[in-house]
Amino acid sequence: MTTIRKLVLDILKPHQPNAIDFCLALASVGNTYKINLIVSEVDEKTETIVVTIKAPDINFTEISAIVQKMGASIHSIDEVEVRSEAVQ
Amino acid sequence: MSYVLDTHLMLHILRAQNIARRYFITNGFDGALTILGMVTGFYISGMTDISIAISACLGATIALFMSGLSSAYLSEKAEREKELLELEQALIRDLKASDYGKASRYLPILIALVNGFSPLVLSLLILSPLFLAEQINFLFVSPFINSILIALFCIFLLGVFLGKISHTFWLWSGLRTLVIAIITIIIILFFGH
Repeated sequence: MTTIRKLVLDILKPHQPNAIDFCLALASVGNTYKINLIVSEVDEKTETIVVTIKAPDINFTEISAIVQKMGASIHSIDEVEVRSEAVQ
Repeated sequence: MSYVLDTHLMLHILRAQNIARRYFITNGFDGALTILGMVTGFYISGMTDISIAISACLGATIALFMSGLSSAYLSEKAEREKELLELEQALIRDLKASDYGKASRYLPILIALVNGFSPLVLSLLILSPLFLAEQINFLFVSPFINSILIALFCIFLLGVFLGKISHTFWLWSGLRTLVIAIITIIIILFFGH
């Protein structure tokens, strides 16, 4: 079984929701999600953020859907960590 | 997931609370003062037929309701669409399906309802002595005087509410709006005679 363990996403988002609400929304995708957010650039209406997500099995489809719903867009996937384990 | 999305939509709604509050006070004050003016006018003209006064005031109340509803909806919708368009251009993506898109559709309706119902409720409250007088056909005090007193009380309460928002002394704030209402009555009395 192959699972995504770590993702680093470059995201462009509006000022609202703020960084805390944004992280809380992403963390709500699963019970063991660890989110780290760094604001790298702030413009008049938008801000560029780098989000690092760590979890035993990251659901990228759901993460992407939540990002879209909050009015943000994923610019690039900058780092991925995938682990494959033999199913016993 | 739906919980999270609803939470974010709620956050947008909470941010619109200030706008709704402003509309509530502005149009509520507008409605209360308009009906106060009409009732004072009927009183000084020596009107005895209450049903005519009720019809005239109800007409004004419905007009205030419709005006509040439509003006706030149209202006807020235009503002929200402009904001959404600017944000879409900044993000280079379509936001219609996002919480921003939903908020720009629902918030004008919410604000329009507040703007429409605030003068309607206050006006009906002010007119309640007239409705009562029409039903009972006997009152110790003129129903117009009672309506004027209720209008003054409503306007005072709006001032108190303003004081609570601005964290100033509620009594001064209430008295300030009350003075505006009393000046209005004096002007009507001056021109009425």
